[in-house]
Amino acid sequence: MKYQSVFDIIGPVMVGPSSSHTAGAVRIGLLARKLFGREPEKAVIHFFGSFAKTYKGHATDVAALAGLMGLSTFDGGIPNAFNIAKEKGLDYSFIEESAIPEHPNTIVIDMYAADKFSSVKGVSLGGGLVEICEVDGFALKLSGESPALLIFHIDAYGAVADVTHILAKNKINISHMEVSRLEKGRLALMVIETDQSVPDDIFSAILSQPNIERVVRLSL
Amino acid sequence: MKFRNMRELVQLCEDRNIKFSQAMFEYECDTSGIDREKIISRMADKLSVMKLSAERGLQGLKSYSGMTGGNAKLIHDYMLKGDCLTGGVFLNAISIAIAINENNAAMGVICATPTAGSCGVVPGVLLALQKSLNKTDDDIIKALFAAGAVGYIIANNAVISGATGGCQAEVGSASAMAAAAAVELKGGSPSQCANACAIALKNMLGLSCDPLAGLVEVPCIKRNAVGAANALCAAEMALAGVISYVPCDEVIDSMYRIGISMPLALRETALGGLAASETGKKWKEKLWSGNSHNE
Repeated sequence: MKYQSVFDIIGPVMVGPSSSHTAGAVRIGLLARKLFGREPEKAVIHFFGSFAKTYKGHATDVAALAGLMGLSTFDGGIPNAFNIAKEKGLDYSFIEESAIPEHPNTIVIDMYAADKFSSVKGVSLGGGLVEICEVDGFALKLSGESPALLIFHIDAYGAVADVTHILAKNKINISHMEVSRLEKGRLALMVIETDQSVPDDIFSAILSQPNIERVVRLSL
Repeated sequence: MKFRNMRELVQLCEDRNIKFSQAMFEYECDTSGIDREKIISRMADKLSVMKLSAERGLQGLKSYSGMTGGNAKLIHDYMLKGDCLTGGVFLNAISIAIAINENNAAMGVICATPTAGSCGVVPGVLLALQKSLNKTDDDIIKALFAAGAVGYIIANNAVISGATGGCQAEVGSASAMAAAAAVELKGGSPSQCANACAIALKNMLGLSCDPLAGLVEVPCIKRNAVGAANALCAAEMALAGVISYVPCDEVIDSMYRIGISMPLALRETALGGLAASETGKKWKEKLWSGNSHNE
């Protein structure tokens, strides 16, 4: 059975008008913010495919920006996202891309803060469900439905074992894991989805391992 | 407590002498592992969202795109004057259905039932009946579980998205859910609920999803009213004892087969039907070129 709960039918509660073009965009913005780990000072939001054509009528721009500022899909403040951003001094812009994406509803969000930059690509799958499919050039698959660690590390032997050892020792179960690299021996990315959230001390322990460059924690 | 289709649901209800709502509630308790009280309070929250959404819509709203709005208030004011063809439950149901969908188009907070595009149908019918039948919120919460049981069966045996099955899958499903819930609210039997569901869905078969500029506005908003009216019509027939010649599960399967054989141009692509009319093209040009922005 595809649908498991009565609340898949009576619900979700969301700000309209469209579950894929509005609620999905809020969720992608929200996940991008969580991956960035803080509020960006500047954001450039790129729309591809169907989003590039219809984003104004569906308020996909307002929605993505609202998510980026931490508003949830049912926050009544979403329509005021432009004003909230101005008050916060968040510098935002939107770009309609003409490139044909793999998925029709694709958003790329470039986020900037003082000494930080990150680019996140997400797709809206329909019914409010989304998937993050690229972070800083690394391909991945992240639904945001479970806690996750994104560990940027030097592509060297033992780096993966060091991390999984720490998780095992602390009784944190891995539900999904993938490793990708751009070039042999250079920077690589481990994506680890876990059943439990990863507490601060374990997060620090992982960060202090050799070969680990940067760790992004996605909590729910 | 499990049911996969309408035949199993009716059988289960008759065997245990329970209603659709209780079967759905027990299923949710069994599978989710969440406290019984918590499940009820979650549904109560959905009802509150529906009520607030209706209230907001009835005040008169303009859609975010600037294309539509204000019709719920127009109908409601007309109803209050009393000089109308039907009045009562009928006009109340359609004005609430439109109010909630106008609130959706105006970026208000809504509860997708089962989708955002069809969110006005079930609350339109149930909130109008709450008033006319003098029912409590607890009664309406139960009716939402009954509506949910129908939606659960349709979603798992067919589809509920316009992009896959056309409007019949969205407003059609919502109308079938509302019809069954209305019958249960009035004290009808499980088999009468199933007949109401079958009759309501049959009358919506073949409806395309071809909104102007791809937005959830034209014809979606008015079609929520038609979905609510159709639900009341089917519920009255079922309560009178009318039986659907085609059993409910076969109607649901027919809806699915019609949906997947519909041309893509009629499935939420804004390429065919009303979207490709002269007016549709005009709005597409206006809204897609990005000159209009109603803040």
